[in-house]
Amino acid sequence: MKHYDAIVIGGGHNGLVHAAYLAKAGRQVLVLERRHTVGGATITEEIHPGFKFLIGSYLISLLRPQVIQELELAKHGLELLPLESTLVPLTNGDYLADWPDHDMTRRELLRHSRRDAETYEEFSLTMRRLSLAMKPLLDLFPPDPTSLAPRDIEQMARIKGVLGHMQRKDFHTLCRLCTMSIADFLDEWFETQPLKAIKCTSGIIGTFMGVRSPGTGYVALHHYLGEIDGVRRSWAFPKGGTGAFAQSIANAAKAFGAEILENAPVHQVLIKHGAACGVVLEDGREFYADRVISNADAQRTFLKLVPKEHLPDDFLWDIQRFRSASPACKVNLALDGLPTFSAVPKGNEQLLRGSIEIAPSVDYLEQAYDDAKYGGWARKPFMDALIPSLLDPGMAPPGKHVMSLFVEYASSEIDWTPEKKAQFLEVVVDTLAEYSPDLKSKIIHKHIMTPHDIQEVFGITNGHIFHGELSLHQLLFLKPSPQWAQYKTPVRHLWMCGSSTHPGGCITGAPGRNAAMELLKDWSA
Amino acid sequence: MMLRLKTTPFHPRTEAIMQANQWRRWGGYSVASAYEMTHDREYLAMRNACALLDVSALYKYQITGPDAHAFLDRLVTRDISQMQPGGMAYTPWCDSRGKVVDDGTICRLDEGTFRLTAADPNYHWLEENAAGFEVVIEDVSEEIGTLALQGPCSREVLAEVFGDAIRELPFYGIIHLEDDLQVSRTGYSGDLGYEVWVPKQRALEIWDRIVEKGRRYALQPAGIWALDVARIEAGLIMLDVDYTPANKATTPAQASTPYELGLGWSVHLKKPHFVGKKALAREKAEGSALTLVGLEIDHDRLAQEHEKIGLPVHYPFVPWREIVPIFDEQQQVGYATCGSWSPTLKKYLALAQVKPGSSENLHVDIMVDRYRKRFDAKVKKLPFFNPPRKRG
Ligand SMILES: Cc1cc2nc3c(=O)[nH]c(=O)nc-3n(C[C@H](O)[C@H](O)[C@H](O)COP(=O)(O)OP(=O)(O)OC[C@H]3O[C@@H](n4cnc5c(N)ncnc54)[C@H](O)[C@@H]3O)c2cc1C
Repeated sequence: MKHYDAIVIGGGHNGLVHAAYLAKAGRQVLVLERRHTVGGATITEEIHPGFKFLIGSYLISLLRPQVIQELELAKHGLELLPLESTLVPLTNGDYLADWPDHDMTRRELLRHSRRDAETYEEFSLTMRRLSLAMKPLLDLFPPDPTSLAPRDIEQMARIKGVLGHMQRKDFHTLCRLCTMSIADFLDEWFETQPLKAIKCTSGIIGTFMGVRSPGTGYVALHHYLGEIDGVRRSWAFPKGGTGAFAQSIANAAKAFGAEILENAPVHQVLIKHGAACGVVLEDGREFYADRVISNADAQRTFLKLVPKEHLPDDFLWDIQRFRSASPACKVNLALDGLPTFSAVPKGNEQLLRGSIEIAPSVDYLEQAYDDAKYGGWARKPFMDALIPSLLDPGMAPPGKHVMSLFVEYASSEIDWTPEKKAQFLEVVVDTLAEYSPDLKSKIIHKHIMTPHDIQEVFGITNGHIFHGELSLHQLLFLKPSPQWAQYKTPVRHLWMCGSSTHPGGCITGAPGRNAAMELLKDWSA
Repeated sequence: MMLRLKTTPFHPRTEAIMQANQWRRWGGYSVASAYEMTHDREYLAMRNACALLDVSALYKYQITGPDAHAFLDRLVTRDISQMQPGGMAYTPWCDSRGKVVDDGTICRLDEGTFRLTAADPNYHWLEENAAGFEVVIEDVSEEIGTLALQGPCSREVLAEVFGDAIRELPFYGIIHLEDDLQVSRTGYSGDLGYEVWVPKQRALEIWDRIVEKGRRYALQPAGIWALDVARIEAGLIMLDVDYTPANKATTPAQASTPYELGLGWSVHLKKPHFVGKKALAREKAEGSALTLVGLEIDHDRLAQEHEKIGLPVHYPFVPWREIVPIFDEQQQVGYATCGSWSPTLKKYLALAQVKPGSSENLHVDIMVDRYRKRFDAKVKKLPFFNPPRKRG
């Protein structure tokens, strides 16, 4: 039986990135994916014939540019189509838009508030400076500030160097942003409700916190760290959907020599003399390797795949209380034609090519959270909508469209029976139809992924889209557990490379890449 | 059609005379780079007859209220405490680090009404700094159209349009005419010139009247290219070209102070507190990192080098706007920010910022066909061109 250098459990985008880097460094790598296809939460599925649904992630921004370059993803099929605008339709028939052009956006804001039109630039510049300062942290393993190990001290110095370049005022703003609620932070800048609301949404994506919960400021900053072709804070749609993106990494990994096995759910990590040495699949097949790296989330890895007796109690305790309750659903609609939005004036239909945000006010967003926080769902949910077929005609048959809706909040604690699923799907469609009266008449097929479905389909604990909350108490050297935040685990030769590790969730490739860098260093040491 | 840039109140007229679709952006508006196929005649008119420019894209703020005067005096670096109604002054204004936020003019329209012009939006900056002052700040940018008539004949033309009061107008004076418009003796050409401030409803009427009377004086509508040549000759700096405004700079080093931009003459450290005073006083005492200079690039040798390889030399008729390194014998000592051929002086001019105390004999690298060569760039006193008629 073949003995591998490394086995990667899970073919999510981070697992694939990780495998590709190891293979590129000349290692024999095997990726084991439980589903019929790789991609994890970055997947495109033809749920209704001819219509490609984005049942998981839908847009890319935080993907590290190095990953694209070093793995030559363009050569392997990655094509990014930047989004140009953001549209917030309002219930009073008006709208707020972020146009693809500076002057146009300024004029649009002037319609709503002269003051905000001017502060907007200062705000954007400030956020740009903060994200410039923070961005290098994405590519560093997080040092333990309590450690005296040379590598930690060296890394702390590096971070000090990065932050030391910041202007003092910016550093103070950074500290406040990270600890405040996004709504409070924005109150200091803006007065226009929909503008505040739309800026707030970056702080609650994937997060089971409200816009007025402290900590959402950090989540917003996380979403500001992205870039497409150097343009900060911009998002792009990968041609063919996020599934095509995953395939491009899989192609790269295979080109570097990695093997990928699908329909291969791992049952347990095999441990000998305290060190991981392979895995056994649910069907009993065994595979052996010098290193085992889990792309699955921390709770799934340590509470399901590793026998308890191999883990220290305090570590287990950290993992058990790792916060991963999730509020996010994904809805996809197959449409017979392009829906119209009453708020969009004639001649401005190009706004439908960008993001469409159902986020009319800060209170609306907070109310959506309030409805869900005791284990329910929002009666009027927040939605981040996209019509991918306007960007990539291959997503639907000619003349038809698909619509992707990221929806919050609906608690992972709900007992998601088929009836409840259908009910919440109605809530989503009804809410959207308030802004688009002809929507319902155009729906050919609708599909929902509740947090429970996300858990069952993608194998993510509680369906948390980031493999656990992006809150301060579980970030950096605390992610997923103090002392085990540098991709290593308490089990020798067992490593982590998924979104439960620094810098966390989203399509970034960063955990996969950083973990590969650390593992390769450790290997040669 | 919604997704279009704004057009100025004079657009129906400017559009009608546009020959080659050479529009450009300025402050969110489409304005002309040149109306004719090239800007030669437009520039020449500015120096020999008069050129009519649509400068409505400037931001304009009206400031009223009992503290308006005190507020503005505290905002800007220049001492404007003695400004009388009918007076006007050019000045930069800074943030607390002494870095220039913008530059423009302030005029006192009457006892309690002031108007400030700016290159960038400044409403928020004004509001923030007005804390504690009893003032009302109004953005009147879109209400007022502005025409600049620049050149030796501009006085005659406007006197014919508005009457002899124009002749009495001193350099940097402003008068009210016809109830709702003003004429000031200001401009960006470094020549005799005026600016006409009109309510947007009357824009076309005023344009027509000026053009009609200007016919006898060879009046020529002109675009930004012509103006850019003239302002380089006049050594006048431009936001976003010669400096990055303080609130747009990503790092402090990117922003500039008035001293660095050759505007030290407009910093009055003797007046009571103003924004940036402390930092500027320190800079004055300790010295500046850079200083604005004019450069004269050796175009003769540039021509010779081209001739040597059988090529005609290129004349930079359309001013360039980019950062170009400037060297002394050893190292880079600064950078040029814009440059142009001066058809009046027959010289290749550039504006640059260099370390104070640098040699007068500097160098710049220029491509000769496909190879980079070093040429002399001599430091010259600014303005390069300063005709007596400007103030006469
Ligand atoms: C609905 C939704 C929408 C999202 N939208 C966006 C977005 O628009 N933009 C964005 O940047 N991010 C988005 N995200 C977040 C982003 O998709 C995730 O953070 C990221 O894809 C996680 O990647 P990963 O490789 O770390 O983990 P995953 O993608 O979760 O991959 C883990 C893989 O491990 C496999 N696995 C688990 N257990 C086993 C086992 N026992 N044996 C074998 N294989 C196993 C799983 O099947 C899966 O393929 C979204 C997520 C969701 C769920």
